[in-house]
Amino acid sequence: MLLKTEALTKNFGGLTALNKVDFEIQEGEIVAIIGPNGAGKSTFFNLISGYYPSCSGTISFMGKDMTRTPTHEFASRGIGRTFQTTNLFTDSTVLDNLIIGYRSKTKMGMLDAIFNTSRARRDEGASREKATEVLEFIGLTEVKGQPVGNISQEAAKRLAIGLALVTEPRLLLLDEPAAGVNHGETNELAKLIKKIQQTGTTVCLIEHKVQMVMNLAHRIMVLNYGSKIAEGTPKEISNNERVIEAYLGGAAHA
Amino acid sequence: MNLLIQQTVNGLTLGSIYCLVALGLTLIYGIMEVPNFAHGHLYMVGGYVTFFMMTLYGLNYWVSAIISGIVLAVLGVLLERLVFNPMRNSPSSNKFIAAVGAMMFLEASARVLWGSDFRSIPAIYDNVVVMGGVRLTEQRLIIIAGAVILMVALYVFIKHTMIGSTIEAMAQNRDGASLVGIDVNRVAMLTFAVASILASAAASLAGPIFLVYPGMGSLIIMKAFVIIVIGGMGSIPGAVLGSFILGLTESLGATYLSSNYKDVVAFAILVLILSIKPSGLFAKGAR
Amino acid sequence: MLDGMKKSNAKLIAYGVLSVVAIAFPFISPNRYYLTVVTLGFIYAIAVYGLNLIVGYLGQLSLAQAGFFGLGAYVSGLLSLKLHLSFWISLPMAAVVTTLVALLVGLISFRTRGHYFVIFTLCIGVIINLVIEKWDDLTGGVRGLIGIPRPTSIGPIDFISLESQYYLVLLFLSLTIFVMSRIASSLVGRTFKSIHNSEELAATLGINVMRNKLLAFGIAAFFTGIAGALFAGYIRFIGPDISNPHLTFELLLFLLIGGQATIAGPLVGTLIATGLTESLQFMQEYRMVVFGALLIIIVKFFPGGLVGAAMKLKTKIEKRMNKANKSEDALSKGENHAAKNRGFN
Repeated sequence: MLLKTEALTKNFGGLTALNKVDFEIQEGEIVAIIGPNGAGKSTFFNLISGYYPSCSGTISFMGKDMTRTPTHEFASRGIGRTFQTTNLFTDSTVLDNLIIGYRSKTKMGMLDAIFNTSRARRDEGASREKATEVLEFIGLTEVKGQPVGNISQEAAKRLAIGLALVTEPRLLLLDEPAAGVNHGETNELAKLIKKIQQTGTTVCLIEHKVQMVMNLAHRIMVLNYGSKIAEGTPKEISNNERVIEAYLGGAAHA
Repeated sequence: MNLLIQQTVNGLTLGSIYCLVALGLTLIYGIMEVPNFAHGHLYMVGGYVTFFMMTLYGLNYWVSAIISGIVLAVLGVLLERLVFNPMRNSPSSNKFIAAVGAMMFLEASARVLWGSDFRSIPAIYDNVVVMGGVRLTEQRLIIIAGAVILMVALYVFIKHTMIGSTIEAMAQNRDGASLVGIDVNRVAMLTFAVASILASAAASLAGPIFLVYPGMGSLIIMKAFVIIVIGGMGSIPGAVLGSFILGLTESLGATYLSSNYKDVVAFAILVLILSIKPSGLFAKGAR
Repeated sequence: MLDGMKKSNAKLIAYGVLSVVAIAFPFISPNRYYLTVVTLGFIYAIAVYGLNLIVGYLGQLSLAQAGFFGLGAYVSGLLSLKLHLSFWISLPMAAVVTTLVALLVGLISFRTRGHYFVIFTLCIGVIINLVIEKWDDLTGGVRGLIGIPRPTSIGPIDFISLESQYYLVLLFLSLTIFVMSRIASSLVGRTFKSIHNSEELAATLGINVMRNKLLAFGIAAFFTGIAGALFAGYIRFIGPDISNPHLTFELLLFLLIGGQATIAGPLVGTLIATGLTESLQFMQEYRMVVFGALLIIIVKFFPGGLVGAAMKLKTKIEKRMNKANKSEDALSKGENHAAKNRGFN
């Protein structure tokens, strides 16, 4: 088992955004988290990526407790993530984004920079190499020199995923990877996610596009009002009464 | 014991002045998220206008103070229109720098126009009142009373007028989700006008005791920042509370600790508070 | 590849010309007054480079810099005046003390965010200023320190003449620019920039934001302390004024005029701003009136400063030229081009 949460809870003021969620992610699978708006999906993500601390409950990753680990250590421990609103370094080019993404794997410091030591050159080379490799993997080699402001929405989504990939995660968390892109592009992104899983990275995603989730995920967890209401294979979920009532049913009414 | 009372009154006087400046600063911050660095310099200009009205035109103290309030309201609105409104969508550090620019401009203009001399608004109420063995000048009592009256007026304005309650709502809830249909420009201008009037009133009240000079805004603006950080940036009750805490601390600190370092006290308090609570004493929001 | 080589060659030539001008300046300067002004400008420029690292690259508006400048000047001044230490000991001591104080300040101030950080650092600046002013026994209070010794001579090289002092300051400035450009072009500098761009994203990618902020803050203070020490050794009289937040605001202005987050910006801005002040008589009186207004105009319309504006112009011209070239290309290889486009989409 890769990641495990026990009774994970988060309150904002008086509001319980996430209520005692137990969840496990197995090595090598693609799992999805679905649920109506405001169900606590993003909160769950933000907790297991260390973006903000939980109020109670525990998170363990590869058998180690991560409940109180600072944000920046999550990446080096092997958890990478993307954000719902595509989050990139807007001042830089596509390639430079990925180079910075590899920074936590490099060791050079201030003195290395000033004296341009062999370690500095090695680290710069390694970053560039890794960035180029990921660029190829996500299919953006053609636009590597472009400022990120100039690339398409779909390319930006790919780049955001690539940015998480350069940190060489064991577990990749994707927050609505296909939000705001058209049908054809969604299929392309699904292919990319599949490809990532096939290279041995475990993927956990939040997604509103039910069709995509049903085709892609091995397992699905459903949240509603901050609590887990169901968990199972896509088939089980699509036949689950509570899910239909809370999620699909609710959507049908609206 | 008398000394203690004396210093307490002095602390209240000081607190009253701080309060009028800090209230304006916190209102502007609440509405526009602009740390108005130039606010202390509006206070300075207010002091000069009152001074010149009295000395050049021989006007009555209160009439001069009212004219000064009007002039400053106009200046405040100009500042909002020319500096802060165009910067609305800039990064926050750029707003800060623009405010610093406005501050430099006002102080330097005052120096060029009026020289660097220290001046004093003629004191009319310099009789000494003896209350319970404590000797106080009338002006000190006027400062405290004036500040209280203005605070009540502000309270009434905010609680009992449409536009006032809009200002408060905007100051307290920056999301603006519930504030659809508000003319943001009008509120911003009005806030600057009100804040500038308060600053000019503070200067008119303080002028006869403290002095009027181009640099008089520099120290008070930094103290006002300390106050609103203590009280929570954007909070009105916080600004009032913080002002009196600081006024009393300085006044008593100067007497019982060291008068040499009394100005350091404010900044030391702030450093201490932010060291323990990085988001201020009364931070809003759980995040 | 060829293009890159051309570029780096052009850069080398530019650096060469600049160095020759800088070295020859004492001989071509029309009078000694200009030499004094430029030397002082260089000293401020070193401090502005420090500010550039914090504000331009890291994106944190620190208003404590004049405090650090004053600290460096007073530490160096006091050590050489009262303990009769050599300038070559007092200068590094000043840099080290300033850095340590800055690290301590950074440790607390970087826990705060946004406006709180700005106000916090401003308060630190004010505290340093007030302490220097009030600690009469040590600092001489408002009277300041008078008669600070000149930089100690090294063997046959002394620093009595204006020219020799100019070269001394030039040496430190060159060193500063060298270090800053190495940092800026390295992964370390890009890490600072990424924090400027999005702290959250940087942290998510495993970058230790706090440590990087401290690093930048410390380096900035180190150079600001050196600038302070050079100031003390050059002017030989220092008062509490040099630690006043007003100096911070001026340094900020120099930076913004030149262009933040650029390597040439701090020097260009400082020289132009100090040069204008000194050469235009009417500017003496109206200096801050003009500068205040200028600051607002710059942040609103030219946030990249002069160097930023020049670079924008250059890319615009390059783009236009590229377009011209491309349209020629397109005429000859029209079909090929279209096919490639289709393939990519």
